[in-house]
Amino acid sequence: MPAIQSPESVEIHPDVELVARAKDGDVAAFERLVRQYDRQIFRVAQHITQNREDAEDITQDVFFKAYQKLEQFQGNSKFSTWLVRIAVNESLMRLRKRKTSKTVSMDEDVHTEEGSIPRDFAEWRPNPEQEFNQSELGEILRKTIQGLPPGFRTVFTLRDIENLSTEETAEALGLSVPAVKSRLLRARLQLRERLSRYFKRKESQPA
Amino acid sequence: MTCTDFLARLTDYFDGTVPSGLVAEVQKHISECKHCEVVLDSTTKTINIYRNQEMYDFTPELEERLHSAIMTRCYGAEKQTAK
Repeated sequence: MPAIQSPESVEIHPDVELVARAKDGDVAAFERLVRQYDRQIFRVAQHITQNREDAEDITQDVFFKAYQKLEQFQGNSKFSTWLVRIAVNESLMRLRKRKTSKTVSMDEDVHTEEGSIPRDFAEWRPNPEQEFNQSELGEILRKTIQGLPPGFRTVFTLRDIENLSTEETAEALGLSVPAVKSRLLRARLQLRERLSRYFKRKESQPA
Repeated sequence: MTCTDFLARLTDYFDGTVPSGLVAEVQKHISECKHCEVVLDSTTKTINIYRNQEMYDFTPELEERLHSAIMTRCYGAEKQTAK
């Protein structure tokens, strides 16, 4: 499998100019940034909160906060990583509010050993996703990722779904690179284990 | 290389960051251990399936609604309608 890490670009990212223009009050430049990243921010928020209404509110809040704090963005990281970081914080705050007394953080449940050792060694079908229609597959994937602790779900979302590099993921979450790698491994193995019941090779396939 | 060693290297293997001296060892282990071969194959498929499947609808209507709400919050209704 090819490397998943995105290549580091040495060229100046086009966002740098858009951000500079937006800082100078250029509405169209900020609008371009919103259009560029609204889908990604919505997806991140939806993955972490698992709630559509929350994801819509968070998407609005993220861009509003970004607008308010635009002067503070120094360009040390990508603009998109900065937005994702705001989205993660807002999403975790929503989860905390929803759960009231229970703390939700990047550390919740990550100390459990559950799922860290593979148990299911059945071979998967060559293209298991093709055995299901789009809505069935979507339901399986949603249900499965929902079962992960938020700390694992968030790392998997940023690294594997949004394709951030390990370093960008660490930066967005305020974690060390080894912590991201460790959580990513556990997240991947837990998802693999849970999906195996749907995707493994067998005589009678589930409906 | 043991199965535990292999698992410890799995993330680096996906990232293409296994130290060059260890790549051959990892590949040798995969070719000799059926369990780890299955874990590698099914984990690869897990990542690819999640990456390729758009799990949540983001319709043009939703985008327009969000876009309009964001721009109004940031710049106010007047500037929006004037644009």
